[in-house]
Amino acid sequence: MENTYYNPADLAKFGNIAEFSPDLAKKFFDYYGDVFKEGELSVREKSLIALAVAHAIQCPYCIDAYTTDGLEKGASEGQMMEAIHVAAAIRGGASLVHGVQMMNKVKEITM
Amino acid sequence: MKSLKRQEHKFSDSFIQLEVLQAARPGGGKFERFEDKLDTIGLFPLRPTQLEIFQVNVGKMCNQTCKHCHVDAGPDRKEIMTRETMQQCLEALDKADVAGFPVKTIDLTGGAPEMNPHFRWFVQELHKRGKHVIVRCNLTIILANPKYHDLPQFFKAHGVEVVSSLPHFSARRTDAQRGDGVFEKSIKALQMLNAAGYGQEGSGLQLHLVYNPAGAFLPGAQVSLEKEFKQQLKRQFNIDFNSLFVITNLPISRFLDYLVQSGNYEGYMEKLVNSFNPAAAANVMCRNTISVGWDGQLYDCDFNQMLDLTVVGAPRHIKDFDVAQLNQRDIVLNQHCYGCTAGAGSSCGGQTA
Repeated sequence: MENTYYNPADLAKFGNIAEFSPDLAKKFFDYYGDVFKEGELSVREKSLIALAVAHAIQCPYCIDAYTTDGLEKGASEGQMMEAIHVAAAIRGGASLVHGVQMMNKVKEITM
Repeated sequence: MKSLKRQEHKFSDSFIQLEVLQAARPGGGKFERFEDKLDTIGLFPLRPTQLEIFQVNVGKMCNQTCKHCHVDAGPDRKEIMTRETMQQCLEALDKADVAGFPVKTIDLTGGAPEMNPHFRWFVQELHKRGKHVIVRCNLTIILANPKYHDLPQFFKAHGVEVVSSLPHFSARRTDAQRGDGVFEKSIKALQMLNAAGYGQEGSGLQLHLVYNPAGAFLPGAQVSLEKEFKQQLKRQFNIDFNSLFVITNLPISRFLDYLVQSGNYEGYMEKLVNSFNPAAAANVMCRNTISVGWDGQLYDCDFNQMLDLTVVGAPRHIKDFDVAQLNQRDIVLNQHCYGCTAGAGSSCGGQTA
């Protein structure tokens, strides 16, 4: 085993997941390819969403891949940082909105 | 910023650049030879289809010093095509017409081609011969000096197709590649070209923009980036243009220096090699183009010109131009050629596959 959990070289080996389960891998990669095609959202917009999600789930492979992909798709530094703030705002908000639950409970059991 | 030549940088020697391109990888082994790669798809030796475009480099002098420039152009470069060499170009074109292989398109590049003192005369002579003239205009030259302010009108009067670099619709990315303040001047120049009718529907005056990445990554799909550029430039600056040409940076000259200095060379080459596309290889621009250097030497493309790789199998100077022999030659290849065959392909006219 490697002595670190994440190895940058493993990103390029993503396709190797087919080795242990080719049929499911094919289904996943076909789906993945279709998801990122130009549609009602542009390829640049999809790339920015992927970058934001990558930060929300804190996947270093995805951050590496979708930073390069964003540059290739013409995204600016400002657009990429704003996308990450969207992820951060939702993550922060997701914690804070539970504050209502906390407040409900407090009010329920206090005088 | 000084040119590599002025700095006496090791990469101002094309031989050293070729050594880097052919060197063993840090982990051992070498990138597959481009020639062998072409051989696997039946394209080696690479032969011309038919000569259609003359790309003439009228000099290395430029008002800008872009970080990625494969010409190593700049204000300190003094190489300029003489009127005598231009005359030899015109004679070559006349010879090709007589030989029944007319070259329809003349693509003028530099440096900033407009800085050549004989530039306007040359364009006028080409126009008289009914040639389609493309000028690779860096935009800022139009504002660099009052004597250039009328270039949009001059271009218009001679039916010139204008092709201009704009690496991004954000100032930050453009200025990072082309120099501080370049974006703002480029936008003003584009507005002047629009005002002269360039890029306007129905005018017939073609204005194309060139996108090349400001860093060690490949360009995205041309159709998507064009849509993005059109929306952004229209919304922010009310600018119109016809098409966006997406061009991959080749690992030579200043861009090679950037790759090596930033530690990106190995990864970038790997990306180019792994993205080899046979369809792009079949459509590379050297198959229908001849590149003429400022001193009249002939090359398969502008990149070979900067690596001092002259044509083989045909006379090497424009004064001895022989279209029949050129159409029979084997094109000179090296590892930088992977840049034209990666992904959707790359040429001076954008994607090729």
